[in-house]
Amino acid sequence: MENLPKPIVQIRQVTKSYHRGEQWVPVLTNISFDIISGEFIALMGPSGSGKSTLLNLIAGIDKPDSGSLKVNGIDIATLSEADLADWRAANVGFIFQFYNLMPVLTAFENVELPLLLTRLSRGERRERVELALSMVGLTDRVEHYPSELSGGQQQRVAIARAFITDPVILVADEPTGDLDRASANEILAMLERLNSEMGKTIIMVTHDPHAAKSAHLIRHLEKGELDVTN
Amino acid sequence: MHFLKLILRNTLRHKLRTSLTVLGLVVAILAFGLLRTVVDAWYAGAEGASSARLVTRNAISLVFPLPINYQERIRRIQGITAISHASWFGGVYVTPKNFFPQFAVDAKTYFSLYPEYLIPPADMKAFLTDRKGCVIGRKLANTYGFKIGDTIPLRGTIYPGAWSFTVRAIYDGAEAGTDTSQFFFHWDYLNETMKKAVARRTDWIGVYVIEISDPDRAAEISTEVDAMFRNSLAETLTETEKAFQLGFVSMTEAIVVAIRIVSFLVIFIILAVMANTMAMTARERIAEYATLKALGFGPYFLAGLIYGESLAIALAGGVLGILLTFPVADRFSEQVGTLFPVFGVSLETIYMQAAAAIAVGITAAILPAFRAARVPIVEGLRSIG
Repeated sequence: MENLPKPIVQIRQVTKSYHRGEQWVPVLTNISFDIISGEFIALMGPSGSGKSTLLNLIAGIDKPDSGSLKVNGIDIATLSEADLADWRAANVGFIFQFYNLMPVLTAFENVELPLLLTRLSRGERRERVELALSMVGLTDRVEHYPSELSGGQQQRVAIARAFITDPVILVADEPTGDLDRASANEILAMLERLNSEMGKTIIMVTHDPHAAKSAHLIRHLEKGELDVTN
Repeated sequence: MHFLKLILRNTLRHKLRTSLTVLGLVVAILAFGLLRTVVDAWYAGAEGASSARLVTRNAISLVFPLPINYQERIRRIQGITAISHASWFGGVYVTPKNFFPQFAVDAKTYFSLYPEYLIPPADMKAFLTDRKGCVIGRKLANTYGFKIGDTIPLRGTIYPGAWSFTVRAIYDGAEAGTDTSQFFFHWDYLNETMKKAVARRTDWIGVYVIEISDPDRAAEISTEVDAMFRNSLAETLTETEKAFQLGFVSMTEAIVVAIRIVSFLVIFIILAVMANTMAMTARERIAEYATLKALGFGPYFLAGLIYGESLAIALAGGVLGILLTFPVADRFSEQVGTLFPVFGVSLETIYMQAAAAIAVGITAAILPAFRAARVPIVEGLRSIG
């Protein structure tokens, strides 16, 4: 038993529904599964299958209606909004489909942003940001604003911002959805490196079977339920 | 530091929108300041009034005169230290739009009651010895370029005829609020002229100005003066100089109230414009706020960003508006000439302008900040792309 890999995410009987008009529409129904530490998992499924909702719940930006959702031993469904914000800052790195960079901040400042919530000194922050930007190959774009970068470069900045705080999990929602094939491949290679070299647990939502191949494990969702046949 | 940087860069993000909003604020704060200054100017006479001076006029109306022989009887009342008189002349200098107040006064006694009128002794002496001499205020002199020795022709309206006066003295105000737009000449000259022209109009004056030793006894002495002439041909009404001046203001109170309402309406309108700008700005950035929240920034940080931006715009507009109020008020004062004898931007007006700008900045940000702080992250992120 002691040699079994440790689950970093434990999802148990999680349900979630949304209010649309006068009706409650179920999005996730009794979802239960574990994600092992150091795993690179892809969540796939058709539109409306609930994969993004599940990712949002794991990332702590949404709350389930019922069930428990433990990340690194903490049931995040029970945390208050303020505690959840602190928890996200320390434990989750976000990679969005449309990068979600602050347009008024440079690449350096965007990557530095999550570190402002830590106790690191200015010098320590600078050191970390420079290292992160060099890891994503953007040392020559430090002072550029997002509007001065290509889509692929912006997503690399977003990846640097995601891992700068050394989070427990990285969540990526369609990280290649807005990119051409070459840029998408670069981003996927970068995610694979983060997983293999830095041991980051990555949970990625994607429509793209090619992108999903980068993951070690693919989970399919169908109408809010895990498709166990795949 | 990053917080301020983010506020500043967000403020300058849509330069045209920010510039137009700042421009709107500048105009509103400037208009507010000017209108408040006009209201202040309206009350300037009352503000500059002395509590040690009483004014006695005809009880029926100010347009009815009082006999000159009341002077000695009033003087005998205990507590009165000095008495003089003044009569509204109402002459026209070249054209009726060149309005300035003209008074026929008892030259020997009048100016000792007004220590705030600073007249060089030599010039005063020259005035006293010239029956057709006059004393004018510095603002009046500057407005029309009058110098000592100049002749000022006036066309009489209340006292018909062509009148001519020689400037013998120019008085300065002891304080910024002192009215220096007035014109004084010898009542003796007026009275003697009237004696030849319309005998029944001689030995009448407009108002008595009374100096009392103890301002606390103003009400008591006023009652005593009025009691002295009760049931006489010309009953009197005595009041403090301030009440007398406020009586003039009350005649035009509706205008003052209208100006006050308009001044606040201007602020309300710019508040609506500013609130719209901030709401639009916050709505456009909802995905950014959601991202910041996802990264762990709390609702107070987001509210701070919006409040900071709103206050930065409001303060920029406020400061520029306040700075522009001074030259514009000076220009306005030049244009209206002696219509407003005292026209200056008061410290209180500046405080009110600053308070209005800050209030606009804070109020305009309330709803956008509340919405940004409350927006669910998932919903906010969905608004992108």
